[in-house]
Amino acid sequence: MTETRTGSPLSAGTTTGVSRRTLLKGTAAAAGVAIGSGAITGFPTIWAQNIKNVTLRQFGTGVSNLNAVADKVKEDLGFTLQMTALDSDAVAQRAVTQPKSYDIADIEYWICKKVFPAGVMQPMDVSKIKNFDKIVPIFVNGKLTPESAVAQGTAPHTVGFVEGKDSIKFAKSATQWMTLIPTIYNADTLGIRPDLVGRPISSWKDLLDPAFKGKASILNIPSIGIMDAAMVCEAMGEVKYGDKGNMTKEEIDKTLKIMTDAKKAGQFRAFWKTFDESVNLMSSGEVIIQSMWSPAVAAVRAKGIQCVYQPLKEGYRAWGGGLGIAKHLSGLELEAAYEYINWYLSGWVGAYLNRQGYYSAVLDTAKEHMSPDEWAFWMEGQPAKTDILSPEGKVMEKAGAVRDGGSFQDRMGRVACWNAVMDEDRYMVRKWNEFVAA
Amino acid sequence: MTVSAVPSEASSASAAPRGGGVRRSLLRRVAPYLQAGPLALTLLVFLLIPILTIVAVSFWDYDSIRIYPDFVLTNYEELLTSPVTWKTYLNTVKFAALTWVITLLIGFTVAYFLAFHVQSTTWQMVLFLVCTIPFWTSNIIRMISWIPFLGRNGLLNSGLISAGLIDQPLEFLLFSDFAVVLAFVHLYALFMVVPIFNSMMRIDRALVEAARDGGASAAQVVWNVILPLAKPGIAIGSIFVVTLVMGDFITVRLMSGGQSASIGLMIANEISLLQYPAAAANAVVLLAVVLIMVVAMLRIVDIRKEL
Repeated sequence: MTETRTGSPLSAGTTTGVSRRTLLKGTAAAAGVAIGSGAITGFPTIWAQNIKNVTLRQFGTGVSNLNAVADKVKEDLGFTLQMTALDSDAVAQRAVTQPKSYDIADIEYWICKKVFPAGVMQPMDVSKIKNFDKIVPIFVNGKLTPESAVAQGTAPHTVGFVEGKDSIKFAKSATQWMTLIPTIYNADTLGIRPDLVGRPISSWKDLLDPAFKGKASILNIPSIGIMDAAMVCEAMGEVKYGDKGNMTKEEIDKTLKIMTDAKKAGQFRAFWKTFDESVNLMSSGEVIIQSMWSPAVAAVRAKGIQCVYQPLKEGYRAWGGGLGIAKHLSGLELEAAYEYINWYLSGWVGAYLNRQGYYSAVLDTAKEHMSPDEWAFWMEGQPAKTDILSPEGKVMEKAGAVRDGGSFQDRMGRVACWNAVMDEDRYMVRKWNEFVAA
Repeated sequence: MTVSAVPSEASSASAAPRGGGVRRSLLRRVAPYLQAGPLALTLLVFLLIPILTIVAVSFWDYDSIRIYPDFVLTNYEELLTSPVTWKTYLNTVKFAALTWVITLLIGFTVAYFLAFHVQSTTWQMVLFLVCTIPFWTSNIIRMISWIPFLGRNGLLNSGLISAGLIDQPLEFLLFSDFAVVLAFVHLYALFMVVPIFNSMMRIDRALVEAARDGGASAAQVVWNVILPLAKPGIAIGSIFVVTLVMGDFITVRLMSGGQSASIGLMIANEISLLQYPAAAANAVVLLAVVLIMVVAMLRIVDIRKEL
């Protein structure tokens, strides 16, 4: 007791001294942060020295978790980005159940609808996003042009914003707090083998044409597969949907009844779940018509096998993904995350994604990183003047080729629905499993 | 190690020094527990606690985002009242039964050949090692390599067509129940061969000779002498094959082209959709079914007695 008492004035004095010094240091650091955040992008900031020690862990689906991006981040920004690529289901699972295991989540919008309300992520302040104004309006108000209609399903803008800094409630219109920064998106349709189908394909309903019995396939990720099934059933005129992206139980039953009957009649050769499965099915000729992803079509073509990503009269089923920040991120790491996101929208990645046949969120900056011929081919639907190279430098298309489905406006302007999570999600998944097991 | 360490511990722990006899009897009583301790602890931490957790979670509630600690029976209700579950169990049991019969026939024949036909021990070992060669590559690779072989334009079909045996490619070869069972047999036959071979090697050759001397035909020797004595091996092999097939999910998915269902696949699907309580309920039911099957097998063959 006595000891403590005698000791206390002395120690108090020391504490004050230390705390004052810490305080001063802290203020300086805070000032540094404040100055830095005003000028985040591109420029070496005050913490440029210690930012090199930062490691951000990003995970997401294989489409956009590319090592080339991590390498370029190291080169341009100086910090380390660790990439983990998983399939869609695993992404949703990890995002919710292991929020401490990542700093940046690269997730799809329909998964965002499940993940964000779990409270594992923090909204982003759009005032810190330099190119926010240039983001394609689909992600802000759902319309590509002021006249275009808003597509059905979990359209990105419906889960793109929350009401406040700590909110987990999606906002009806754009706010200052964004859930995901859109990075990559595309319009999906059916892939076909023109050499084997033997006739023009023009509608989603061709998937269930008995002529292709035992040679069709559909993807077995329920939330996406059900949308393809809905496109087919609607095209057949068998089911009329209020909203394909939010079906009633009755609509789900009707849709899966049609699919189950087709399965029992032997329409499908297989169901696929991963990118390479769909490529193998198509290139081996096991399947000649299936729901497919555009880079998978490109991968089949790269083997010298004819494969077309067939535009259909009912329009496209679209999907989109974006980067979100984990809740636990703060301080230097958070600033690094913002810097990374700003860099993401600054063009290099955009051009990289565009060259793979996807679309980037900010088109203007991507354009600066592409040659006029590349831009004309990928974005304007014009015939290529020279050979079109993949981002790795391999020839993808010979001069004279035209992109399936035409220009950006033609494709994204004809989106009929987005991949979705429905209110009756649990029921739908049960019914989908019944269909698969039937 | 443990035994030598124990006396010093015991003596230091006991407050009052006692006679050596007492210490020795204490040691004698404690030693078995200490010996069983590490395994018991491992099983407790890595088997019992996880299983109890699964059982607990199987009663929880969930929605598409989270799971809620609760006590509801809906998971079991939805599982057991769904025709899909019954169909899937039937399908899985069908795969298990087919695989079991075929691997048993192959396993018994191969083991019999190795144990009774090959006379030199060296050759027995060499041939036995040959059997294990497929296991030098991974399970998945061995499975996937069937796909280009069996495909519509695969090696087998194009071979048969160019040999003029068929006009149209055989569709049933790939993405069918046939393909699933074929892959299972390929993957698991060795699990049957090894234990049967092992128990056959223990059979006293004098018994076979005695049976021959008694006038038994070769078939009678196999049926009345070797088969009963190889029973423990058959039981162990059967337990391997049946439990492996019942729990499998990747073989069924790849070889059926995703068009066939198995319990394992059902659980994997539920997990991937964040429906952990439903998956847990399914796992508990599967565990019960497999345990019942194993108990039934052990009822027929008393392994402890036979060993």
